[in-house]
Amino acid sequence: MNRRQFLKISGALGAAGVVPTLLGGCSTRPLPGTGTVTSSPTVCNMCFWQCAGALYQEDGKPWKVVGNPDDPHCEGRLCTRGTGGIGAYLDPDRLRQPLLRVGEGTEQRFEPVSWEEAFDNIARKMEVIGEEHGRDRIALFSHGGGGDHLQRMLQAFGSHAYAHPSFAQCRGPRATAFALTYGEGVGSPDRTDMAHSRCIVLIGSHIGENLHNGQVQTLIQAIDKDATLITVDPRFSVAASKSRYWLPIKPGTDLALLLAWMNLLINEGLYDREYVIRHCTGFDQLAEHVRPFSPEWAYLETGLDPDDIRATAHAMAAAAPATLVHPGRHTTWYGDDTQRCRAIAILNALLGSWGRPGGFYNQEKVDLPEYPGPKPPKPAGDWKALVQGEYPLVGTGISNKLLEHSIGEDAHFKGWFVYATNLPMTLPGSRKQIAAAAQSLDLMVVVDTMPAEITGYADVVLPECTYLERYDDLRNKPERTPTLALRMPAFEPSHQTRPAWWIAKGIAERLNLAEYFPWKDYSEVIDWQLRQVGSSLAEMQTLGVKAFPRKTAVYLDEGRPVKFKTPSGKIELYSNTLAEVGQDPIPRYRPPDRPPRGFYHLNYGRAPAHTFGRTINNPQLFELMPENTVWVHPTAAARLGVATGDYVQLENPEGTRSNLVRVRVTQRIRPDSVFMVHGFGHTDKRQRLAVGVGADDADLMHNVKLDPVAGSTGMRASFVTLVKAGEVS
Amino acid sequence: MIEEVLVTARHNAKVDPSLGIWTWEISFYLFMGGMAAGIMLFSAWAVLARRESVLTFAHNRFALWAPVVLSLGMTTLFLDLEYKVHVFRFYTSFEPSSPMSWGAWVLVLIYPLMILQTLSTLRTGYPKLARLLGHVPLAAPILDLCENRRRAIAWVVIPLAVGLGIYTGVLLSAFSARPFWNSAALGPLFLVSGLSTAAVLPILAGVKTPERHFFELTDMGLIAVELILIALFLINLATGPAHQLDALHLVTGGPYTVPFWLWFVLPGLLVPVVFEVMGLRGNRSFALLACVLVVYGGFMLRYLMVEVGQVSTWTDYAAQFDPQLLQRLMQ
Amino acid sequence: MTTFAMVIDTRTCIGCGDCVVACKNENKVPAGLNRDWVVEATRGEYPNLETEFRSERCNHCGHATCVTSCPTGASHYWKGSNIVLVAEEKCTGCKACIAACPYDARLIMRPEGYVDKCTFCHHRVDQGLDPACVSSCPIHCMYFGNLDDRDSVVSRVLRERRHKTLLPETGNRPHVYYLL
Repeated sequence: MNRRQFLKISGALGAAGVVPTLLGGCSTRPLPGTGTVTSSPTVCNMCFWQCAGALYQEDGKPWKVVGNPDDPHCEGRLCTRGTGGIGAYLDPDRLRQPLLRVGEGTEQRFEPVSWEEAFDNIARKMEVIGEEHGRDRIALFSHGGGGDHLQRMLQAFGSHAYAHPSFAQCRGPRATAFALTYGEGVGSPDRTDMAHSRCIVLIGSHIGENLHNGQVQTLIQAIDKDATLITVDPRFSVAASKSRYWLPIKPGTDLALLLAWMNLLINEGLYDREYVIRHCTGFDQLAEHVRPFSPEWAYLETGLDPDDIRATAHAMAAAAPATLVHPGRHTTWYGDDTQRCRAIAILNALLGSWGRPGGFYNQEKVDLPEYPGPKPPKPAGDWKALVQGEYPLVGTGISNKLLEHSIGEDAHFKGWFVYATNLPMTLPGSRKQIAAAAQSLDLMVVVDTMPAEITGYADVVLPECTYLERYDDLRNKPERTPTLALRMPAFEPSHQTRPAWWIAKGIAERLNLAEYFPWKDYSEVIDWQLRQVGSSLAEMQTLGVKAFPRKTAVYLDEGRPVKFKTPSGKIELYSNTLAEVGQDPIPRYRPPDRPPRGFYHLNYGRAPAHTFGRTINNPQLFELMPENTVWVHPTAAARLGVATGDYVQLENPEGTRSNLVRVRVTQRIRPDSVFMVHGFGHTDKRQRLAVGVGADDADLMHNVKLDPVAGSTGMRASFVTLVKAGEVS
Repeated sequence: MIEEVLVTARHNAKVDPSLGIWTWEISFYLFMGGMAAGIMLFSAWAVLARRESVLTFAHNRFALWAPVVLSLGMTTLFLDLEYKVHVFRFYTSFEPSSPMSWGAWVLVLIYPLMILQTLSTLRTGYPKLARLLGHVPLAAPILDLCENRRRAIAWVVIPLAVGLGIYTGVLLSAFSARPFWNSAALGPLFLVSGLSTAAVLPILAGVKTPERHFFELTDMGLIAVELILIALFLINLATGPAHQLDALHLVTGGPYTVPFWLWFVLPGLLVPVVFEVMGLRGNRSFALLACVLVVYGGFMLRYLMVEVGQVSTWTDYAAQFDPQLLQRLMQ
Repeated sequence: MTTFAMVIDTRTCIGCGDCVVACKNENKVPAGLNRDWVVEATRGEYPNLETEFRSERCNHCGHATCVTSCPTGASHYWKGSNIVLVAEEKCTGCKACIAACPYDARLIMRPEGYVDKCTFCHHRVDQGLDPACVSSCPIHCMYFGNLDDRDSVVSRVLRERRHKTLLPETGNRPHVYYLL
């Protein structure tokens, strides 16, 4: 299908319609596409990958959403969640109006109010906080582009503290580790060059079940070209099923394996000597450090056959530099996470993959100017030093620290804005803390499209419209080919819902900060920005996606000296920065906690049908996967006396029990582990499809391991056992 | 070890988790169809063998039962249709590859023949009814015609009634996708069962010897043939490939073992035949019970066949998720 | 007779179910009903396992027992091809075709009651497009085309790769192929 056919705005009737019969009384259903079909460009918001596509309507009703063939994020194909995005728009349980809490204490009673009332309420409370405590005492928890508008409003007010839970509950260790090693992060989309890899190593990353579209497509392209795939995972994931080597590693021991690989590459001279000499520093300390970590030593820690450890190291070296040890994304596991990611970064350096084809490429985004307007005032103090000073190497907010500093009358934070993140299911084992914070905070505003559990704690709930009903910032991500993608509304906002930019502007106006939002409709901003780069809103409304030429090289220019953004200017195999703050300059392995007798490692992960807890109630995706199951190995199942289809409760060593969850007995999991998909076990009754279905793993996390460098919450160190329905454990 | 599961929830109504498209409505129709065929055949036999004096009931009165019985069956057949408004579509085409199409048209031909058969002995069998009909114009010449052509009508009835009886079995046996049904034995089995359930009706209606004796003896013979056909049917499955062995296992160790042997073969075939033998030897205490059990057995044969056949399958994927949850979407 | 075939590469299919959602959207299939589905088949003993994902649907068989069993001609071949369709206006809902399908690929439409199933998106095929499932697959592991054309993508890929169909022993001659 060519581009001209793609964004058709036509009213032509199709030729292949079935002629209604003259005999039978009933008229037949018309074939799809034979009515009036229109389409408009959008950017999917079902996850952070932000694929460009088009929303098709037939006879004024939503029909389907399809990927834009010109978009490098998706190559014309949306993923499962993206295709089911219409369900987010159609979901009858969506928030519809602003809600004001009227109940006392922990009572959850809300009254629908007008936007004016809601804004006045919020502005008044913000000003009171400003007067009684200080204008810098409000924190923003945000997930998604819309949060930037709220951040602008809060910064204009004087509050600069924010946290993206996607740092401390997801990619934080990776970002920190790679910044320490290479001076740069991995990016979103990730700068992995898998389409050209000859060998890919996945450490726990289950690409193919997590549907980061471009990652999945390029991984599969590599597999299609017979690249060697090595998967290290306690579970036989989809990626493992397509791997030449599946290493069913004992949970918590990945660092041991990584150190053993380093040991092999260095001792057998299989590392990229030239690359290391030219670009790296600290090699001698590294070689000395990994000397004792033989494959036999690693076997004792990981349970992996030393021959497999050797074979995989050889495979990695043979394909280098087109060997990618994938950095993963969600890396908050056992508390040694930054160090484990550092090990992955170091391993890539030894293989010479950074900046090389098949490894990591250099990203570039479009040089898009900011809309002219006043800059927000500088922050009054250093909130990071106050709130998360024990993590000096972290340059962004750590959500669990912000939560900590919001509990109690003397807490630093007096107000919260929460945008599109369901904190009770995002922050592990956090429900009691959030409830306590809700008590002591003077203001909690939650902006979301759905009545997620967090909305139950709010003072004010503001209903955002879905991505199909709004303009948003142009998509401009650092990536291989700089592109801009347009999100424009396909529908008018349902009921009283509004876009985040409108909400932020409304609150700002009440606070006399209107000058920070010097436009009426956000489409003005988008049009202005596009005109600065030779395009326009009108053009983008037909194209959807526009590519721009790169100005920098995709890979390292081997001819010229390279300066990395590290203190030494080189890739730091040995990190002085870490040493200076009292952390291990080269990763050190410590054995993980062992499960108590009768308990199993609690592993969680993703499924292609869902984006963690956000989509469970989406009718189209719920229909695909209505509940999660707990994977149990047959030997464990026999010991526990459970069979496939049974419903059990999961119980952790502290006695916390989950909702009933369906058992799946399968060989695809280590005998000492269980696995479940995260995001189920919703408790909010207003999500009528999702409520009470499946189990929530976040609630069971009794053994959250804080990473000493990134401050992130390691969530895979907890243990559970299975309790049959009606039994006492 | 093979674990084959559905990754995406699939629960098409009446198809998942196993086929359940046809239940008692179809079983009842097949049962009534077989019985009607049997009634027509016994009536025709009585005429052609000139047995009016011995088989008085069969000769003169039995034929009227056929359209009544068949119409009851056709009612439930209609109830089974999912798109009832289109029922006339059975009669806007003829599809020679479809046993159901054959059946639809056979039924079209059989109805007028049943009427003719009934009319051909109406004056002797139901004099009051015949007099009532006398008021209808052309009634007298039609009744005359049917009476005169009594034998011709009986000859034509035979192939059509045999066809009806066998077709109820072929309807199921033609489905290669359902291994339990896919046996040529089903056609004759359903015909013989239909004859058997028809044979006990005159006894239940209270006929006296020698007619009663004729039907008791005949029924014994029919049950014996039925048992042989069932044995051949099971042997066919037992000597077949994997999917037929799996189908057989449903009644030889699987979930339908007890229903098949304890609720069908024993009370529906073995016990009545024993009672009938006792009856012929002078002990008539269970004679009526035997007839009731034969009728019961005829229905149970169809009911179990229809159900077990649907459970037997080529593909069987385990659902990963509770299909009841999908009900939440229908709110 | 044009022979349309669908070819799915099990080596790269990840079982994500995008094809299932895309089909439901394109064809406006009511909630609770599915024209296609994904199966996960695992064999072996831990830790030597193999898992195969298969996106399944009606196989548009060359010898379709659903067509031969239909008493009204509602189940028929489209335009001299092997695409099997149900003419809604002729269907009585007798369900003989559902019983006849060894793949359990058919469903009863709600609320009307006629029988429905995958149509290979013949309304798209008519315009030279691929079925919705094929067009939506983010792995690009699904192919569709005319087997009678030696140069079509399906003909080429079947020549180059080992493949199988589901239950060929039924004799139905299915036209959905799985590359191994």
